[in-house]
Amino acid sequence: MSDDKAAAEAQAKGIEARLAEIRARQGDTFRLDDVAGVVVSLMTSMEGELSAVDIKLQRELRDLVSYLKQAKADLASLRSGGFEGQSIPAATDELDMVVTMTQDAASQILDCAERITDMAAGMTEEQAQKLIDISTRIFEASNFQDLTGQRITKVVKVLRHIEERLGAMALAAGETIDHAKTATGVEVAEPSDSDLLHGPSMPGKGNTQDEIDALLADMG
Amino acid sequence: MSVDKNMWVLIVDDYNTMLRIIRNLLKQLGFNNVDEASDGGGALAKLRAKKYGLVISDWNMHPMTGLQLLKEVRADDNLKATPFIMITAESKTENVIAAKQAGVNNYIVKPFNAETLKKKMSAVIGDF
Repeated sequence: MSDDKAAAEAQAKGIEARLAEIRARQGDTFRLDDVAGVVVSLMTSMEGELSAVDIKLQRELRDLVSYLKQAKADLASLRSGGFEGQSIPAATDELDMVVTMTQDAASQILDCAERITDMAAGMTEEQAQKLIDISTRIFEASNFQDLTGQRITKVVKVLRHIEERLGAMALAAGETIDHAKTATGVEVAEPSDSDLLHGPSMPGKGNTQDEIDALLADMG
Repeated sequence: MSVDKNMWVLIVDDYNTMLRIIRNLLKQLGFNNVDEASDGGGALAKLRAKKYGLVISDWNMHPMTGLQLLKEVRADDNLKATPFIMITAESKTENVIAAKQAGVNNYIVKPFNAETLKKKMSAVIGDF
């Protein structure tokens, strides 16, 4: 066996031992930190005896380490800004609210269509038929509520699935994420004007006019 | 044979809006005796309590779907002859095949209009 071949086999065994150690510690779910550590040790073991191919391989490995670090930072950012900040849950609540509001609107439209139908009873046959034709068109058009409701419900399910998967990935990336800070370690800044623009509040989440009046009065 | 417009029709949907739409369209077609249920289980209980001349049901409901309701109806000796129309947003071929195999009499895809409802009803219970 040549010296080069023996050295390569020794390196491979070293990496296998490292992987076995990680697997024994936490099963088949590898943290990004551990993967990056294995790659770095591979790179270190190659220093001092590099060919052109090795140099290219090392560059690829450095890129991989950089990619893994960025992925971890992105996941940490998602976790602190997206899940702890309730972005996705809030989005699904908003969509649920769209369903409720369109249902209420459709209900009012149907009330009007039913009143039009009732009015037809006191009209001539020709007038009555015109009113019934109009109310029929309204009933037909109101189909939209069921269909938009079903579509939005489907989107909500997809969002919740994505939320669960990203949450699992963020956990796999490391459990030491500081939720009070961003991924770069910078304290979360005071909200800007745009951060304060939330749009209509969900029922029970915002203040009523009376509560706002009282709040302003308390503030002097 | 003429259609008895006084027969009872059971409409089944978990969206109250859809129940109102179908009820009103049936009223304009001359069918005023209409009962409602919001899922398959509720519909089955009503079907076992009273004689209905037609069932018009949605598919996507919980806990008992329209397809399960249809299968229950066809498996019950007292109910199996009841005409059954499915009104649903499920428009894939596999859905239509499954409904047909379960014994559906006709199938209406949402969104639908009054003319389609009348045409499909006529195909099932006769011209009116």
